[in-house]
Amino acid sequence: MGIQNLLWQVTKKAFTGGIIGVTISDRCCSVVPVRGDSMSPTFNPQRNSYLDDYVLVEKFCLQDYKFARGDVVVFRDRYIKRIVGLPGEWISSSRDVIRVPEGHCWVEGDNKASSLDSRTFGPIPLGLIRGRVTGVVWPPQRVSKIS
Amino acid sequence: MRWLRYLNQWRGTAKEALEQVSIVAKFLCLIHVTDRYIISSTHVQGPSMLPTLNLTGDVILAEHLSHRFGKIGLGDIVLVRSPTDPTRMVTKRVLGLEGHRLSFSADPLVGDSSISVVVPKGHVWIQGDNLYASTDSRNFGPVPYNLIEGKALLRVWPPRFFGSLR
Repeated sequence: MGIQNLLWQVTKKAFTGGIIGVTISDRCCSVVPVRGDSMSPTFNPQRNSYLDDYVLVEKFCLQDYKFARGDVVVFRDRYIKRIVGLPGEWISSSRDVIRVPEGHCWVEGDNKASSLDSRTFGPIPLGLIRGRVTGVVWPPQRVSKIS
Repeated sequence: MRWLRYLNQWRGTAKEALEQVSIVAKFLCLIHVTDRYIISSTHVQGPSMLPTLNLTGDVILAEHLSHRFGKIGLGDIVLVRSPTDPTRMVTKRVLGLEGHRLSFSADPLVGDSSISVVVPKGHVWIQGDNLYASTDSRNFGPVPYNLIEGKALLRVWPPRFFGSLR
């Protein structure tokens, strides 16, 4: 009987903790690892995967989707890029000049050589954004606020 | 040392207050998780889904599980975050999945000119049931699958239209 009770208590605590964690991660902020080097040298300046940067992503920007040029944003599946064009602006890509449609944005990685971004597949809807990066939190020697 | 005694008196009350607040906080978190990941109710209005949905507004129950497992199929009514305004949600019907070829009339009032498209990978084609009064994929093109946020289950208000949506 004691073991069953203990198991039940632990399950309840884990469930509650999980729900609170999910709520905070959806509405407030979360920490995500940066994969790949498409944002070098801002994130992951060296190609050693043991030292991936972890960044703090804030979710308050999702209330009204107001972003500025230069914001680093996170998409679903941990895709992290910098906003270079806001709706209505004109972007000159490799071959021609494109206007960013309403409700979309033009994103590019800082490492232009190895980054799949809007230069490849065009402007991305703002609705796909899942948060804005505010700073690096790991490893400790690289803790900083994002410019 | 009287203030120490007052502090001790208030400690019991403070602890109880904190407990009540934490119960409310946990309840709100549960509501958030249910609303975002399981099932939620939405008020939809507008002419774009006539005659399926009413002009003056309906309340429908939408579930948020199918799109996470890729179970959105042809003919489903889905809640989509608008690609032209990310603060708005639109309700439309899925008429094409990735790889499908569709043809639609560029201007339904005038009539014959028909455009044919293939829905690219990772996108869906959404259209309102009321072709004459709906801005949908015929205007802004196929939308990314990840913009879908829920699938409509059934209508709960007004009561005389309670039931599944077809």
